[in-house]
Amino acid sequence: MSVPAGPQAPAETDAAGRAGSTDDSRRTLTRTVLRAAAVPLASVALGLVLGAVLIAVQGHSVLSAYSALVLGGAGDADALLRTLQKATPLVFGGLAVAFAFKAGLFNIGGQGQLLVGAAFAAGVGFGLEGVPLVVHLPLALLVGAAAGAVWGAIAGVLKATSGAHEVIVTIMLNFVAGNLTDWLAANPWQDRSGSNIIARTPLVEPSAEIPTWGWLPAGFVLAVLAAVACWFVLERTTYGFEVRSVGANRHAAHYAGISVGWIMASTMAVAGLLAGLGGAIESLGVDGRFEAGVNVGLGFEGITIALLARTNPIAVIPAGLLVGLMEAGAAKMQFESGVAPEIIDVIQALILLFVAAPLIVRWLLRLRDTDDRRLTLGAGWGR
Amino acid sequence: MVAAAETVAAQAEPEVLLAGHGITKRFGPVVANDDVSVELRPGRILALLGENGAGKSTLVNVLFGLHRPDAGQVVIADEHVELSSPHDAIARGVGMVHQHFQLVPPMSVVRNIVLGAEPRKLGMIDVAQARRRVMDLADRFGLHVDPDAAVEDLPVGAQQRVEILKALYRDARVLIADEPTAVLTPQETDHLLDVLRGLTDQGVGIVFITHKLREVMAAADDIVVLREGRVVGTTTPAQTSEAALAELMVGRAVDLHGDRFESGATGVGSAVSTAAAYSDEKPAAEAGELPVVLDIAGLCADDDRGQRAVDELSLAVRAGEIVGVAGVEGNGQRELVEAITGLRHATAGTVSISDRDASGARPRQVTVIGVGHIPEDRAKHGLIGSYSVADNSVLNRYFKRPFAAGGMLRRDRIDSHARDVVATFDVRTPDVESPADSLSGGNKQKLIVGREFSDEIDLLIAAQPTRGIDIGAIEFIWRRIRERRDEGTAVLLVSAELDEVLALSDRVAVMYEGRIVATVDPRTATREEIGLLMAGAAPAEVGS
Repeated sequence: MSVPAGPQAPAETDAAGRAGSTDDSRRTLTRTVLRAAAVPLASVALGLVLGAVLIAVQGHSVLSAYSALVLGGAGDADALLRTLQKATPLVFGGLAVAFAFKAGLFNIGGQGQLLVGAAFAAGVGFGLEGVPLVVHLPLALLVGAAAGAVWGAIAGVLKATSGAHEVIVTIMLNFVAGNLTDWLAANPWQDRSGSNIIARTPLVEPSAEIPTWGWLPAGFVLAVLAAVACWFVLERTTYGFEVRSVGANRHAAHYAGISVGWIMASTMAVAGLLAGLGGAIESLGVDGRFEAGVNVGLGFEGITIALLARTNPIAVIPAGLLVGLMEAGAAKMQFESGVAPEIIDVIQALILLFVAAPLIVRWLLRLRDTDDRRLTLGAGWGR
Repeated sequence: MVAAAETVAAQAEPEVLLAGHGITKRFGPVVANDDVSVELRPGRILALLGENGAGKSTLVNVLFGLHRPDAGQVVIADEHVELSSPHDAIARGVGMVHQHFQLVPPMSVVRNIVLGAEPRKLGMIDVAQARRRVMDLADRFGLHVDPDAAVEDLPVGAQQRVEILKALYRDARVLIADEPTAVLTPQETDHLLDVLRGLTDQGVGIVFITHKLREVMAAADDIVVLREGRVVGTTTPAQTSEAALAELMVGRAVDLHGDRFESGATGVGSAVSTAAAYSDEKPAAEAGELPVVLDIAGLCADDDRGQRAVDELSLAVRAGEIVGVAGVEGNGQRELVEAITGLRHATAGTVSISDRDASGARPRQVTVIGVGHIPEDRAKHGLIGSYSVADNSVLNRYFKRPFAAGGMLRRDRIDSHARDVVATFDVRTPDVESPADSLSGGNKQKLIVGREFSDEIDLLIAAQPTRGIDIGAIEFIWRRIRERRDEGTAVLLVSAELDEVLALSDRVAVMYEGRIVATVDPRTATREEIGLLMAGAAPAEVGS
C-alpha cells in the first residue's frame, strides 16, 4: 500500500511551481514525474502488448484492431465525446479512492456512493418542475454529492468510533445502496408514463440537464476541476496536511494534535462526495435519468483508476482518459476487426495487475528503482 | 554439506571463529563499510564500538549474511565463506541477538526457541523433547527462564535470554549481540555481562555492538572502534580509557559530564539553575520563589492492556529545574508521559500546567498551553518518515501562524523555519525537502528537539531524548536541554539510561510500578542506591 505513496510526493510538491523556479528545478520536476509514472506507463505498454498477443492468437489483425480502438475513442468529435463521457465517472471514482487513500483508508464503496449520488440527483432532476437551470442543476448536483457524502461518511464514522474496518463496511454499503436505488427506481420514483415497466426514473427536466459543448461534456470539465481541487486541498491546506498525516503515520498525527477520528470520518465523506458527484453527472449529463442496473460496476473501476494514477489526484485525469478511451473505442474495434470487446477488460485487468506488482514490471523492463528510495533503504541499516 | 563442514570445524577448535577481511559495503553513494577488517577468536568478547552511522550494524549484517559485501571476505571457523542469507550463517554456527527481539509474543519460551528448527516426531512437534533440550541448554549456560511462560509476560531481560537461547539452540559458536544493553536496567546489564562471560568460558565467541563505553571497558577482550565506515582503532580495555575511546568514536574530545558543578560561573541563567539544583535542600528559601509549572496530583492511567500503569502519582516540576524520572522501562513512565501530554486518557487525578488545568486535555491543547514534547518513540510519534524535513519541522505546529493562514499552508514560511531548525540544531540533511526517513537516528532526534525548542514553551517533556543516538548528538541534545533549563523552562526528563538521568537532573524521582517511590539528590545518591530503588527496594532499605 505504501508503494504508490512514495515517489509521487516530491512530484506533487514540485508541481506547485515554487516561486522563482529555474530551468534546473523544472528539469528535476520532469525527471520526478517521469520516474513516478514509469511503472504505470510500462504497465499500460505491457498490457497492450499482451492484449496484442491475444488478438493475434485469435487470428485478427492487431494493427487494425488497435487503430479501430483509437479511432473509436478519439477519431472524431463523436468519438471524443464518448471517451470524455466515459472518463468522467472514472475520474470521479478514481478520486474517491485516491482521496481516501491519502488518509490511509481503502474506499471500496465508490460503487454505492456513486449509485446513491446518481439516484438522488435524478430524483431532484425529474421531481422539481419550473425551476430555472441556475438553481435546478446545481441543486441536483449538490443533492447527489451530499447523498454520496453521507454514504461515505457512514463508513468513516463507524471506523472512527468503533474501529469497524472501512473495507468491510463499504462493501456492505454497496449492497445496501444497490438495493435501495433499485427499489427507488422500481417503486416510488418509477417512470409511470406509457407502458414503461423498466425500473427507471422519468427523464430529468431540461433545467437539470448538464450541457455538452460540441465534443466537450461539461461534466468532464467538472471532473478535471475536482481533480485539481483535490490536489490543492491535499497539498496546500492545513486540512490536507492533516489528512496526509493520518495516512502516513496515525500515531504521529495524534501526537501532532490532529483528531484522527474526525479526519477519517470527514475524508470518507469527501470521498463519497466525489463518487456521488460522478454518479449525479452520469444521471444528469449522460443517461438523462437513473435506471437500475445501468451503473453497475462503474464505481469499482475507480479502484483501477486510482491505482493506475498511484493515488495522485492529477494523474487520475490521464488514467481515467485512457480507460475511458478504451471503453469508448471497443465497439468500433469489434465492428471493424471482429475482436470481442471483452479483450478490453482483459487488457485493463492486465494493466492493473502490473501496476499492483511493480516489482515484476521493474524486473521485466530493467527499470532502475528511484535513487532516493534506495538511499533510504541503505540508511535503514547502521545509520 | 554445510552440516559436515560445520561438524569438522567444531571438532577441531578453529583459530578464528568469525572474521571479515577488507569488507566494503556501499548503499548507493553511501559507503557504510570501507575496507573493514575484524577478527573474533574463541572464548573472547569483541566489542564493536562506534556512533550510529559508523557502520557497526552494516558490518555485522554482512558477517551474518543479511548483506553481501561489495568487496572483502567473510571467514567463519577458519573457512572463507559466501553467505547468501542468514540461514547460511546460522548453519555455520553464527547466531544473532537483534536489538529488536525477533520473538512471537504470545508463544511460550520453548516454542519461541525451537521455532523453525523444531524436533519432530511423526510429523508433529515433539514438545517434550524440545522442552528437555531447552532446559538442558538453560542449565548449561546459566540462562534461567521459565520455559512455559508466554514471552509477552516476561520482563525484557528474560526475553533477551530467550533470544540468546534461541541462538545457542542452533549450535551457535558465535553470538552477535546488537546493542543488547539498550533496554536493560543497570542490574540486568550486569547480569547480561556475566552471562556473556559465562558463554565465553565455554568457547563461544561474542561480537558485542554498543556505544556505551562503560560496558566496553567492563566486558570486552578486544575493542574495534568504527567511525564513518572505517576502523579507526583496535585496542583492549587494558590499553585504553573511556575518554580515549570516546575521542576515537567521535573524532574529537567530548564532554559528557554535567555542567552541574561549573554552572555557577556561566552567567545569568546559572542563578536560576543553581537555585533549582539545591531545591531539595532549601525548598522554602530559593526554589520556593520559582513557580511550579507542572503539577501532577493523584494521576492514574492504564496501559494498553487495561492494567493500571500509573498509580496515584504526584510530582511537581518547577521553572528552571530538570526533574529526571529514573526507572526500569515498563514501570509506567510511558503511560505517565502520555497521560500528561494528552496521548493517553488519565483515569483519575489532575494535571496542571502553568496554573492551567490540563487534566484530560487533548494533545493540541497541551501544545497550545506551551508544552514541548520529545516523544519516546521517534519513529512512531515523533516524525512522519515519508514527510519532508520541512513538514516535520512543523508537525505539531503547522496550524499556527506564521505556518498557516486561513487554512492554507504557507510553504515559504515552513521552509524557512525548517532551514532555521536545521542550521540551529545541526541537523545533517542535504536539504529540507528530503524525507525524514533519509536522516540518521541522531539527526532525526535533533530535528525533533529543534522543532520542540523552536516554539515558546514553559514545560519540556523529554522522554528517552537520546535513545539509540550517537555520542556527538547526545552531547548536543544534553547541552540544549540544559540551556533551556537555564532560561527558566521546567523540564521533565524520563530516561531508561540512569547515566543520562544522573548527568542532567537537578532532582531524580525514581519510578517503580506506577509510583514515585523516592526523590533523591543526584549529587549524593549512588548508582547502586538508585538501581536498588528502581528494582523495587523500599527507600528505607537503601543506603542504610
